[in-house]
This record gives sequence, structure tokens and C-alpha cells, in this order.
Amino acid sequence: MKIVVLIKQVPDTYGERKLTSEGLVDRDASDAIIDEISERALEVALQRKDSDKATEVVVLSMGPAEAKDALRKALSMGADAAFHVLDDALVASDIGWTATTLAAAIRHIGDVDLVIAGDATTDGRGGVVPAMIAEHLGLSHLAAVDGLEIGAAVSGSQATESGSRTVHAPLPAIVSITESADEARFPNFKGIMTAKRKPLTVVSLADLGVDPSFPELARSVIVSTAERPPREGGRKVVDEGNAAAELVEFLASQRLISAGSAKGV
Amino acid sequence: MTQTLARTRQDDGFDLTEDERDLSAMVREFAEEVVAPRSYEADREHELPLDVVAQMGELGLFGLPFPEEVGGQGGDYMAFCLAVEGLARVDQSIAITLEAAVGLGAMPVFRHGTEQQKQELLPALLAGKALAGFGLTETGAGSDAGATRTTAVLDGDEWVVTGSKQFITNSGTPITSHVAVTAVTGRTTDASGRERREISTIIVPTGTPGFTVEPAYDKVGWRASDTHPLTLDGVRVPASNLLGERGRGYANFLSALDEGRIAVAALATGAAQGCLEEAVRYANERVVFDVPIAQHQHIAFTIARMRSRVHTARLSWHDAARRRDAGASFKEQAAIAKLVASDAAMLNARDATQVFGGYGFMNESLVGRHYRDSKILEIGEGTSEVQLMLIARSLGLGVQA
Ligand SMILES: Cc1cc2nc3c(=O)[nH]c(=O)nc-3n(C[C@H](O)[C@H](O)[C@H](O)COP(=O)(O)OP(=O)(O)OC[C@H]3O[C@@H](n4cnc5c(N)ncnc54)[C@H](O)[C@@H]3O)c2cc1C
Repeated sequence: MKIVVLIKQVPDTYGERKLTSEGLVDRDASDAIIDEISERALEVALQRKDSDKATEVVVLSMGPAEAKDALRKALSMGADAAFHVLDDALVASDIGWTATTLAAAIRHIGDVDLVIAGDATTDGRGGVVPAMIAEHLGLSHLAAVDGLEIGAAVSGSQATESGSRTVHAPLPAIVSITESADEARFPNFKGIMTAKRKPLTVVSLADLGVDPSFPELARSVIVSTAERPPREGGRKVVDEGNAAAELVEFLASQRLISAGSAKGV
Repeated sequence: MTQTLARTRQDDGFDLTEDERDLSAMVREFAEEVVAPRSYEADREHELPLDVVAQMGELGLFGLPFPEEVGGQGGDYMAFCLAVEGLARVDQSIAITLEAAVGLGAMPVFRHGTEQQKQELLPALLAGKALAGFGLTETGAGSDAGATRTTAVLDGDEWVVTGSKQFITNSGTPITSHVAVTAVTGRTTDASGRERREISTIIVPTGTPGFTVEPAYDKVGWRASDTHPLTLDGVRVPASNLLGERGRGYANFLSALDEGRIAVAALATGAAQGCLEEAVRYANERVVFDVPIAQHQHIAFTIARMRSRVHTARLSWHDAARRRDAGASFKEQAAIAKLVASDAAMLNARDATQVFGGYGFMNESLVGRHYRDSKILEIGEGTSEVQLMLIARSLGLGVQA
């Protein structure tokens, strides 16, 4: 079985995150790391490989030159091969361009049984790239799945408003997993040493047969950007015998609890 | 409390290969995500977290400087020291557990062991599934390790070992497989006709009758690291448990110490780095008299000095490790590295604690822990005075021991 895992490099969640004046991620403001949800997606694939050695895990990333570091880390964790889509025309690409490009790359890799992605990246948080790729490639699609089981088909559970439901899909498929997936393993020393010998292929839009002007696609344009407003000071509740009621009132006003459920207090 | 250390972007790794950078990054991440969240409790409870040790084993850290043929990872001493530095940044107890397990536990077996001893002992040690100690120090034999009193007498095909050892690292964990102890095995006369004690090293497996691991010390620092006094009362082990040549015990140990000093210097550098990062973070966060304290020149300069110490210490151990890996002499460089780096750790711990004010005096704070932990760096594996003695001798100065 050939599994492709989508890997994105993002600004460190714990570092400072900034936008440039054009509204793009300021890559100099913080360290770039492999997105944690991508790592978890890779872990799901590697666990499958642990139990079935015939599984081939290919990692795929579209991003600037530095994205190669994220791919190398994925290789040192245990992926077999890496593809890096690198093209100046992709600077500032939106979700539509991204999905079109990744779909073309998956087609280019060829004979893919399963694509695993995170449900949403920590920087963009669009969450629709997997669905768009499914559309491009005619793959079945399971979104935001917990406890993914991989066999002749894929299955897992999806959280709903009132509980969860079990979903499954035939292969080939694309699945996005949630943060409930296992934390990723650390690369071990041998993994780091062997990563150098694994293939890391760099491809351009021309290699993928994609027209860099994306003629069929509407695209989003950044009109303006704004800094997130600074955090406001919290509210202190002093207990003069009525703290519980005040707390409930506060939580209800913020819609953190519903006023109905507060009645019993 | 989980500490998230500020990432500082200074880069002393100019001489590092890509592999070495990746290894450092991996250890750093492991240290923050797995080691650091457990450090406060492990220190408070004086307990080595064995599950963390097991995970370090899975990462290959215990096998780093050994060839693959004996179950190692095929790395070099540089790689091993990078791992020690990366761990020490958040937890010196965990770092010394690794350093001693490799330098004092596995390395003597790898260097001086027979084929049979290697096959028997190394696989578990290099996988981090077992730990081993080296017992040299006694009540009357510390800096002057040649003053060993413990004796081993050959009785038929068994050694009978009697004596005691103190301050022995990794000697009493639930996974300790053995302690190699130095013992007097006879007397010889040297070329000038002076009588000398013949010192040899004997492997004493855990649980051998007469071998008692006494209760752990109540230490000022390195409290999650395992340290015990040992009593050997007529302990019988097979004659084949001799480690290395008879009469070479002391010499072999001294050569192990030279190398170990580089790793201790790396450990100290990690500690100094941890203090630096914490001080930078806190000085920017802490507002006193309406400004972040980092805006006071005194605080900024204090931290600039801390950074300079880290840089000097790191270059110093990198050089010693590179020399060792290249097969060049490194005795003097190792002594300098250990001297400089342990000073850096001690001074940075003191400065960082000062930057933190009262919070730094709490055991829960990383800098407070580094403050307690760093003192031993000027004592263990050769005191600072012993390093000065070695450096002076390398200059041809005839200092008396
Ligand atoms: C936590 C911990 C772990 C340890 N682990 C181990 C272990 O695993 N195995 C092991 O064998 N040992 C271990 N040790 C022992 C350690 O190596 C010794 O404590 C150290 O070598 C110093 O010996 P000492 O304590 O006897 O001090 P002493 O030798 O009594 O020294 C006392 C003071 O005198 C100074 N001094 C001594 N001689 C001279 C001189 N000629 N010139 C100037 N000054 C001098 C010393 O520098 C020191 O300041 C450990 C110690 C500790 C605290």
C-alpha cells in the first residue's frame, strides 16, 4: 500500500506569529516547524507501516525552500520518500491553488492508495484542502476522523453535535485526522542518519503540468490585514457571598455555558 | 509545571554537520516535551524516572558513541556530547544519568572488556535497558583515586572483594546490571624500586551475595540521579570478571575520565544555556517599576555575560570532542573544557537565579534547580583544582598533587 502524507511547515505555534505588510506569513518572525497535525498524520501512516512492512510512506509538501527541513524531519521519523513542490509562482497561493497543486503532485507520485492529512493547519486553519483534493482526484473522502483504521478500506469515527458516528470509505481515499490521533514519535539517531540516503524529489509546477496562472481558478485576494486586537484584561470576581452567581452570569454572558444549564446552581 | 524555554537564535553550531544539527534538534524537542514536564517531581521525590530512561534508550542515546557491531548507533563522541548538552539544558539529573551510563558504565566494558563480557553486557547497556556504575571513589580516595583501600584476592577461580565505595552513580537503580569497582589486587615495585599498589577493576553484578547497595544519599542537587554508597563484604565473583588487564585498573580509569570530562563539559554547557534562555525570557516578561527588567542595562549586561560564557564553554568542549574523535591528543583540552564549562554553569545559575528574584529560589523553577545542580559540576569527574593541576602539568609546571 502506498500512503501519501501531506506535510506543512508552519511558524512555531509557541513563537511570535506575524503577517507581513502584504498579509503573508512573516517567516522571519519565528522558527519554522513541521505542523503538529502533519506530524500526527505521519504517525498514523508510520504505525500502519510498523504493522505492515510492505507499506510505503511518501511525504509531500508544497512550500518555500525551507520546507525541505520539514520533509527531512519526516524522513528521519521513518517516511520512505519525500516530494517537495517548489515554485516561485506559488508564493501567496490560496487554498484553491494549493489544492490544485497538491492534487497534481499526488497524481504525479502515482499509484496512491491513501492520502492522510491533518484536519486543519495551525496557521491557515482553512480545513478544506483535503476535500478539494478529493474532488480533483475523484477520491473518497473522510473528514476529521478519529481512530483511523486502515485495511482494504478505511474507517474511523467522526464527532457530531450529539456524539459520534462511524464512517468508512473504499480506497483510494483521502482522510483528514484530528488532534486526537497519537502524538508523533521522535526520530531516533539511526533514522536521522538514514534520512540522508532517502530520496527527496523537488518538483516545479511545470514538472506537474500545472499552468502557473491557474487559469480556471478564481482566487482570493488580500484586501487588507489587521493585527489581532490585544487581549483585554480579565474580570475579577470578588467573593462577597455571591461569587458563584456572578461566575455563572459571566460564563453565560460569554456563551460558555447555556443559561438553561445554569438554573440548577 | 511545564517549562517552555524561550528559543534563542544564537548559533554556536557553525562547525556542526547537518546530522549533528538534526540530532541536537531532536534531543531538544525530546527534552522539552518528555523530560522537562517530569523534572520537578523527579527532583522532589529523589527518583530517577525510568520510563524517561527507557524512551532515551529507544531514541538510541545510550548507544551513540559505539559502533553498530556491538549494538551501538555508529555515532561518535561529538554526537553523544550533543545529546548530553541538549538534555542538561532542562534536567541535569537525566543528563548525568546518560553521561555516567555511557562514560562510566558501558565505555570501560567496550574498551577493556573481553569478547564474552562485551557480548554479555553491552547489548542491554547500549539500548538503555540496563545501567552500570563505576566505583572508584572511597572515603579515603577521591581526588587521589590511587589511594584505593578496597581489596580483591584471587581464591581459586574466584575474586573475593572486600571494602566500600562512596558516591557511586547509577549503582542502585532497578535496572542496574553491575558496578565495576577498582580494588587493590597486589603490590608491585616500580622501576625506581618503590612499592606500588596494583589496582585492578572487577565487575560485580547486582545482587551478588555480600554486595550491598546502601540507601541513596540525600544530595543538594542532581537529586533524581541515583547515587549510593556500596559495601563489599567478601563478595565472590568469577575470576573472569576481571575488567581489563590486572594492574591496569587505575590507568584505564584515568583514561576514561579524560574522555568523560568532555561530556561533563557538554553537560555544564547545557546547564549554562538553560539558565541563559530562562533569563532572557523572564527579563523580557517581568515588569518592575513599570518596565521589563530587561531594559535595565545591568540586567542586559548580566545576560550578555551569561551568553559569552555559554559560547566559550561550547567552543571549548566542541574542540576537545573533535580532537578525541580525530584521534588527536585531547587531555589538556578536556581539562580546560571541564574547568571553563563548569564555571559557566555555576555562574550562569547564580546570575539567572538573581534575575528571577524570589521566584528563582523556588525548587519548581528551572533556574533554582540549576543553581543547586551546578555545584557538583565543579567537583565530580575531577574537581576544578584537579583540572588546574592537569593544565599546569601540561605546561611543564611541576605542581605537587
Ligand atoms: C553526585 C556525585 C556522583 C559521583 N559519582 C561517582 C561515580 O559514579 N564513581 C566514582 O568513582 N566517584 C563518583 N563521585 C565522586 C567524585 O568523583 C569525588 O567526589 C571527586 O572526585 C572528589 O573527591 P572527594 O570528594 O574525595 O574530594 P577530595 O579529594 O577530598 O577533595 C577535597 C578538596 O580538596 C581539593 N584537592 C584535593 N587534592 C588537591 C590538590 N592536589 N591540590 C589542590 N586541591 C586539591 C579538591 O579539589 C577539593 O576541593 C561522585 C560524587 C558525587 C557528589
